[in-house]
This record gives sequence, C-alpha cells and structure tokens, in this order.
Amino acid sequence: MARAERALTLSVRDLAVRFGGVAALAGVSFDVHPGTITSVIGPNGAGKTTAFNAITGYLRPTRGRIEYVGVPLTGLRPSAIAARGIVRTFQRTSVFPSLSVTDNVMIGLHLRGSAGVLDVLLGWRRRAAEESRLAHDADGILEFVGLGHRRGEVASELPYGEQRLVELAVALAARPRLLLLDEPGAGMTTAEKAAVSSLIRRIRDQSTTVLLVEHDMRMVMSISDTVIVMNHGRVIAEGAPAAIQAHPDVIRAYLGSAGDHD
Amino acid sequence: MTRAGRVVPVLLALTLPLWLASPYFLHVVIMAGIFGILALSLNLLLGYTGQLSLGHAAFFGIGAYTSALLTLRLEWSFWLALPGAVAASGLAGWLIGRLALKLRGAYFVLVTISFAGVIALVSVNWMDVTNGPLGLPGVPAPALGPWSLRAKSVYYYLVLVAVLLAYLVCRRLVASRIGRAFVALRENEALAESVGVDVTHYLVLAAVVSAAMAGMAGSLYAHYTRFVSPEVFLFSYTVTMVIMVVAGGKGTLAGPLVGALIFTALPEALRAVTSWQWQMLAYGVLLVLLVFFLPRGIVPALAAWRARNAP
Repeated sequence: MARAERALTLSVRDLAVRFGGVAALAGVSFDVHPGTITSVIGPNGAGKTTAFNAITGYLRPTRGRIEYVGVPLTGLRPSAIAARGIVRTFQRTSVFPSLSVTDNVMIGLHLRGSAGVLDVLLGWRRRAAEESRLAHDADGILEFVGLGHRRGEVASELPYGEQRLVELAVALAARPRLLLLDEPGAGMTTAEKAAVSSLIRRIRDQSTTVLLVEHDMRMVMSISDTVIVMNHGRVIAEGAPAAIQAHPDVIRAYLGSAGDHD
Repeated sequence: MTRAGRVVPVLLALTLPLWLASPYFLHVVIMAGIFGILALSLNLLLGYTGQLSLGHAAFFGIGAYTSALLTLRLEWSFWLALPGAVAASGLAGWLIGRLALKLRGAYFVLVTISFAGVIALVSVNWMDVTNGPLGLPGVPAPALGPWSLRAKSVYYYLVLVAVLLAYLVCRRLVASRIGRAFVALRENEALAESVGVDVTHYLVLAAVVSAAMAGMAGSLYAHYTRFVSPEVFLFSYTVTMVIMVVAGGKGTLAGPLVGALIFTALPEALRAVTSWQWQMLAYGVLLVLLVFFLPRGIVPALAAWRARNAP
C-alpha cells in the first residue's frame, strides 16, 4: 500500500451488506481524509446508516474491507472499534436516560480511565485521583458543547435538542479521532442546526475527523469538505459540495430524471 | 445524612447483642445479615446491570456446600473454607456470565433458572459427595484459636463484618468506572459499546462478583445452621432475594439491606401473631401495596421524601 494511502483516516472498499435477498450496500468504496468533514447524503434507504453500522462494528458486512489508518476493522466488536478512536452517534437520540448529564459523560469517559477491580477495591488514592481527573474532563466537555448549566439534570428530561448535545458530549468524551454522526441535525430548529454546525466545525478544528450522515442539504453544503452521495446501496458521486450540487446523477437521484416526469 | 444519623445505626449495630439478649431475635438478625449479603449481591446484577438472575440461590448453595465439604471432608479451617466457597461460587458466576454472553432479559433469566435447577439436581443425586437429600450434618462452627464462634452473640459479629465487607465492595464498585459500566449496560447497551465499554466483559465481571458474594453468604449460612441440604437451592430463596432488592430499592446501596431486614423480620413477626395462611395473605397484600405505592422501592421513596422536605 502506498505511503499516502496509509495516511488515510478511513478506507472503505467494496463494502456489501445483504439482509436476506435485499442488498442494503452493494459494493461501496470511499475514503475519509484526516482533519476533514465528510458528509454522506442520499435518499431514504440509500444505505447510509447501514454503512455507519458496518464501519462501527454493529453490523457484520457480507463482503468488503474497512481499514482505519491501514489496520483492518472488519470483525471487531463496537467497543474494540471505539478503543481505536472511532466513535459514533445514533440516528435516534441515544442517551443513558435515567442518569444525570454529568453521569452520561462520565460513562463516555470510560476509555480515559484505567482503574481495574483491584484498583477500585484496594487502591483508594489512585482511584480517587482518576475519578477527580475524569470529573474535570467531564466538566470541560460539557462546557465545550454548551451544556455546562445542565450538569445535574436527568438526561431524558432535557429538551430534544439538548439531548442530542448530550449524545454528542458522550461521544466526544470517548476522545474520538474519527467521529461518525448519524443525522446530528435531525428534528432540530434552524437555530439549533446552526449551533450544531458550528460545533461540528470546532470539533474538526480540534483535529477530529468527522464523517456524518445528514438530510439537511443546507447544513451539509455549508460544513462539508467532501460530500459522498449514495443511492440504492452504491456511491453515485463524490466531491466538493459545489461540484456535488451540480452533478447530474445527484440531481436525478433526488429529483428524478426529466424522463421520469414525462 | 446527619452525623447522628450515621453514628446511631453504627452504635446500635455494634452493641446489638448487649441489649438484644433473646437468642431468637439474634437469630432473626443474623439471618437478616446473611440475606442482606445475598440481596446486595443480587442487586449488583439486577439493580446495576439490569439483568435478573433467578438462579441466585445456586451461588448461595454452591458456597454453602463448598464450605461444608471443605471443612467436613478435607478438614480445612473455616477461615480457608470461606474463601474457598467464595472462589467456587465466583467460578460458577463466571461460567454463567460466559454462557449468557449474548443473552439478555428473559433469555438471561432462563439460563440462570436452568443453571440453578441443574445444580440442585446434582446436590440431590451425587450421593458420594453431597450425601443427597440427607444433606451434610455436623458442619463445624468457626473457631478463632481456642475460641469457638458458635454462640449467636459472637456469630453476629462475624456476619456483621461480612455484611460490611459486601457493602464496601458494592459501594466502591458502583462509584467507579466499573460501576458506571454496569449501569451503562442497564441504561443503553448500544451506546455503551459505542464509547468503548466492553459490555460482555462487565456483565461477566458483575456475575463473578455477585456470585462470589452469594457464596460468602452460603458459607456463613452453612457454618451457622451447621447443616447443609439441597434445600439451600430452593427457588423460594431466590424469590425472597428479589423481593428484598425490589422492595428495598434496586440500584441503591442501602435498599437491599433495608429490604433484607424488613423481609426477614416480617414473616417472623407475622408468625407470632397469626396462622400460616394469614401470614401468607398479609405478606402478599403488603407486597402489592409496596409495589403500588413505592414502585421504586423504600429507600428511593425515602430519599425523594427527604429531598422534598429539605429546608
């Protein structure tokens, strides 16, 4: 493999996922470059979330190869993939519902701690130092996403938009090098979407690569460095936002061809 | 909690045999302590990881039999047999955890029930080792040098130390990243995995610690009653543990202990005032009322009440 290609953050090659007779993904290939925001768009059922699930280990692909910095990910459990720096959020809001906002983030910090059973049961001082460091990290993350004022509140009792932020904070707590966001703007108001877009840019600027699935075209076109368009389980176009907007295959996929309307 | 609120229960616990002279009442308190350990152990699985083990009596029984056999057949001291029982039950917990790797909810419950059923059958039929339905009489009381710990007033302190140990283990675990991983498994398993929590590892760990604690309770029971029979595997023991945890408040540290105290003392109190049928009826009515009025359990209800009435 060429040196330049090894430096790629994520490489997906010929990825296929079948559910019975249905091909959710039919040989998808794309790269995600370090320090960029890459968006995956496409009509419902195009295979975007399926691709996310396969990359993060929630689905075992029928065929294909997924590599992260040149190391294969296929066959690893989701927690092992997270330990390699690939962290995701979910299409439907996903928090630890009955816990406080801080406790949600503290669980997200799991990989930053190292205390094992013996440390916990015997090594009181080391454990206390680690707990205090993690609590400090949690505070920093909550300030970063703008939830500093919600620390003690129960996650499921927050408004929808803030629950999405909790989810994002939990993901950031796991210190991702590649962050996969599944529809981060879904169900949000225009103002909330603008805030999330700005947050995603700040995450990218802190040298976290971002791969996201999103339906809101305005949001996608404003924040993405690269846009990948999927339809019927295949990649039909890939490029900079301006080029994608003018791509005939993309227009056809979203609006149907002129012939379809005749 | 105020300083007095902490000091008074500790003083009461430390001096209990001095002012509770009746051997019968001491017996009830000792049994409440043993059940307290069992309830704490079940709470680790049910209250924190959210997995219901309906075969928990198996870990209790394995601990009781291991300790009895080690002292009777191999003439080990109680002080070696106790860790032996903890290890044997912990090993059984590991086995269940591994077997139930991918199973959750009802399927996990079924595996634990089946496991307890198999172990109970082994205890009845493996005559050479367990003496079958006749059980193992003459389990020696623990001794500390020349002093026997047989007297209830002394055994009480042994159980008290064990309860304290079990409580501290639970408290340290749940206040750590390990405890947070247990809770993450209960709250949202997919999300927990996505941030690197190896839920399988933590389910196995919870099962091992929980089973080991139940094994400790089993050993204490065997050397207290000085007789072990297949009755230690009775399903009713597991049901009692579940009631204690749920009524006391699952997912809280004090809940299982409060539950154990109430639901060990209550049947005894009812026995003193009414016939068996009425006891069962009163017990049932009380449970329904508890579930109806305090669905989250006694301790969370008290905590909520205190929070509402705080100045």
